[in-house]
Amino acid sequence: MARAHSPRRKLLTTLAAWTVALIIFFPVLWMILTSFKTEPSAVAMPPEFLSADWTLENYAEVWARSDYPRFFWNSVVISVGSTLLGLLIAIPAAWAMAFVPGKKTKDLLMWMLSTKMMPAVAVMIPLYLLFLKFGLIDTRIGLVIALMLMNLPIIIWMLYTYFKEIPGEILEASRMDGASLWGEIVHVLTPMALPGIASTMLLNIILAWNEAFWTIVLTTTKAAPLSAFIASFSAPQGLFYAKLSAASAMAILPILILGWFSQKQLVRGLTFGAVK
Amino acid sequence: MSTHSSRLAARLMVAPSVALLLVWMIVPLAMTLYYSFRLYRLISPDRTGWTGFTNYVWFFQSPDFWLAMGNTLVLVGGVLVITVTLGILIALLIDQPIKGQGVLRILVIAPFFVMPPVAASILENLFMHPQNGLFAAVSMALGYEPILFLQDYPMSSVIGIVSWEWLPFATLILLTSLQSLSSEQLEAAEMDGAGAFSRLRYIILPHMTRAITVVILIQTIFLLGIFGEIFTTTQGGPGSASTTLPYMIFKQAIAAKDIGRAAAGGIIAVILANIVAYFLMRGLGRNLDN
Repeated sequence: MARAHSPRRKLLTTLAAWTVALIIFFPVLWMILTSFKTEPSAVAMPPEFLSADWTLENYAEVWARSDYPRFFWNSVVISVGSTLLGLLIAIPAAWAMAFVPGKKTKDLLMWMLSTKMMPAVAVMIPLYLLFLKFGLIDTRIGLVIALMLMNLPIIIWMLYTYFKEIPGEILEASRMDGASLWGEIVHVLTPMALPGIASTMLLNIILAWNEAFWTIVLTTTKAAPLSAFIASFSAPQGLFYAKLSAASAMAILPILILGWFSQKQLVRGLTFGAVK
Repeated sequence: MSTHSSRLAARLMVAPSVALLLVWMIVPLAMTLYYSFRLYRLISPDRTGWTGFTNYVWFFQSPDFWLAMGNTLVLVGGVLVITVTLGILIALLIDQPIKGQGVLRILVIAPFFVMPPVAASILENLFMHPQNGLFAAVSMALGYEPILFLQDYPMSSVIGIVSWEWLPFATLILLTSLQSLSSEQLEAAEMDGAGAFSRLRYIILPHMTRAITVVILIQTIFLLGIFGEIFTTTQGGPGSASTTLPYMIFKQAIAAKDIGRAAAGGIIAVILANIVAYFLMRGLGRNLDN
């Protein structure tokens, strides 16, 4: 929609757009600013901006709280672990459905997606009891399994839409050349599918990192990731804003960076290829 | 290219996913159904037995249930209206030629990557807090009393927080769709004397219909299960003022430790979700055909 516009109009729209963008981003910005203030300065009324007491103390203090690194590490293990496990199971399935589709493939895909619509609370109790029974409550492996199953339909769908775009003729050509099924997967498909697999991985790490139901319900302390940590980070009134902000900033920063790299894929991934 | 052996291989490759999802769906659902007809309280685990529909009756007779149903609808509906309307407006704005578009997009998309508990606790404490929040500072600077957001307007506060998180998603998808609109068509309309409003009404919005549908469908799936934001801020209160159906079930299971009742609530939620899902799948299916 790029059309010729007068410089004046461009200036006005630029101003308007930047104002809107800054308003949307402002809570994140304010959180980052607050994280560098001392506690009294963070809750000062009226809010301090230029006159604030700046400090790096909050980050050091939050990090030094013996448990913070553990929450962080749990988040990493759970989000990366559940994504890799999900990919391992989903890649063959998506590959088969994209290249050897049957009459029922579309129904099967729809059914898989429909499992996503089951409200988590409805399966919460049995899952909680099963986890209790098998000793999986508050374990990282338990959360890896739960989040993998939760995101499996999305992983399969995303991979499917990417694999679908790989032309089938290439496969036939390689088959004519006598490539085995395994050779076909390793030498032909994998290189072409890698970008799709990478974006799927990225988006699912983000979804798993930000998940805030199972991580709260199925953990107590040992395996709790950052989402559970922040959710319970409510001290009595005041005097913890700066530390809360520092902890929050550390919790979202890795994902913010990953997310900015994946914004293009995000649209495709979350709309199951319906909007490109 | 589908020989007999490749078909068999394909089945084998799909099998683990299907099996896992079947187990993931059917085992818990069967257990929930079973418990929903049982007396099962974690406080008194010895007293068990069949109770018929007692647990369901409790739900339907509880005033909280209808409140929670209403709150769930208000939450989903409110967030959808806000994010779609603002999303369209913002997408139209940032689709214009502007300076620094790349950085600007990064700022707009940022809230989507903020995990729900962080979004909720930052907005709750740094902004909505009646003593130390930024909104209170603005109110006082203007000479008004600070608004007690979570106490007086719990549902609106939760809707506000969730809308902030989902606005980037709606904007990004609507923007993507807008960028695929051909400029020739718009120019032609402009030359034919179509004003800005009629271009929006007859060309831009119809072009975005599909994207808007998709935004509504996907967001509904996620919004029906909103939990972390309520858990972090209002805890469903004050009283039950901001309790949604998922949160009510959570309270029955975790606070009241009544597994039977929570299970009955779970089954009710499944039935509701199926009704919604039926319409969603029809919509998505139609989109997929194109």
